[in-house]
Formats: sequence, C-alpha cells, structure tokens
Amino acid sequence: MIQPSDSPIIAVVSRALAPFIQVFALYVVFHGHYGPGGGFQGGAMFAASLILLRLSLGGSVAGNQFRSSWATPIGAVGVFLFAGVGIVALAFGGEYLNYAFLPFGLEQASLRSFGILLIEISVAVALVGTLVAIFDDLVEGHEHD
Amino acid sequence: MMIQETVAVALVLLGAIFMFAGSVGIVRLPDFFSRTHAAGKTDTLGIMLSLAGLAVYEGWSLNSLKLLVVILFVAIVNPVSVHALAKAAMEYGIKPWFRPETGETEAKEK
Repeated sequence: MIQPSDSPIIAVVSRALAPFIQVFALYVVFHGHYGPGGGFQGGAMFAASLILLRLSLGGSVAGNQFRSSWATPIGAVGVFLFAGVGIVALAFGGEYLNYAFLPFGLEQASLRSFGILLIEISVAVALVGTLVAIFDDLVEGHEHD
Repeated sequence: MMIQETVAVALVLLGAIFMFAGSVGIVRLPDFFSRTHAAGKTDTLGIMLSLAGLAVYEGWSLNSLKLLVVILFVAIVNPVSVHALAKAAMEYGIKPWFRPETGETEAKEK
C-alpha cells in the first residue's frame, strides 16, 4: 500500500480535482451517444481519478472512498450486467444483444438507445473495477509497506 | 470578425512560440531539474495561450466555455504535476547540476 505524499500541494490539488474528474467521467459515459466518449473512456477516467487519489493520499485514506476489496467484485458486476443485457434479449426472442427485444415496453428506437446506454454503463463499471484491481494488485508488495 | 480572427491567430502563434522555447529548453538545459523548469512553465503558458486563441476564434458558445474550463484545469494541474516530478526526483536522489569549477568543462549528466 502506497504511503501518502508529504507534499501538501499534491494532496490538496488531487483531492480538489478528483470529484470534478469523476463528474466529467460520468458526463462522458452518459453523453457517449451524442459526442466523443462512451463507456470505455468514461470508465477509464473514473478509474484514473481513483488511482490519482491512491497515488497522492495513500491507500489507507483513498480506501475510504473505494475499498480495494470492492474492486474485483465491481468489475465482475459490470461483466455480469453486460452479459445479462445480451441474455435478456436472447431470452425474449432476439439475437444476443439485439436491443429491440428488450422487455421494457418502449418503441423500438428508444429501446435501442436505452440498450446502448445500459451497455455503456456496464462497460464503465467493469472498467472501473478492473483497472483499480490491477493497480492495487501491482502496488501490493510495494517497498514502503 | 476580422479583429477576432487576428487576435485568435496572434494568441495561437504566441502560444506556439512559448511551446518552442520550452522544447529548446528541454533539449539544451543540463539536468533534470532545469529541464522540468523549462517544460513546466513554458508548456503551461503555451497551452493556455493556444487554447485561449481557440476560444477567441470560437466566440461566445458552449465550446469556448469548455475551452476556458480546460485552460483553468491546465493552469492548476500542469505546475502541480511538475512539482510532483521534481519532488520524486529529489527523493530518488538525483543531484541538481551546478556550474563546474574552473578546469572542468563538461556538464555532468544526472
């Protein structure tokens, strides 16, 4: 686990910027239909803000926001959501990930849009969990431990 | 419109000049700390001026507001990241370069 930096400049600036990075990451995820971005990019930005907090504040403080033990289950939940949307479409008579067969009772165009949004969110969730899990596994045997 | 474009081009060119000065500094300066000095200051100012030029060119719109937010972000983050780099190098044990005494002419690396 990384020890916190003893420079107040790094600590204050990263603590002040991390919420803005996270809000912008959510914007990138939910605006992926209409602009540049999407689930992968937004999830990577969210994971980057969490890793920034881990690097600057140390694992024990940053773990209060996002615990190391949560990371792998959250990644698994994202993968499960992705596969679940596909299998629900499969179960209601369509092909795998054919959003027009999702059972939400909307018209077809908005159903497809909604399905794409679900897929983007699940990709983002899987990416946040997986990237933070990789980072935490990499620094586990850190020499300052 | 003509004045607006002229101001925009002037700002972008000024930013490019600062970026060029920073690049020359990275190549020419002797050690790590002076190179971070060159990279941090001039890159911050160059990016800010170039983006300000783009915002002037765009006029009053949502895109220029986003560019202004990016300018604020760069102004905060870039010096802090250079500070983090220099601090990490100092803790790692890289010695700052001093002008060698008489008789010694070559600059020491690291």
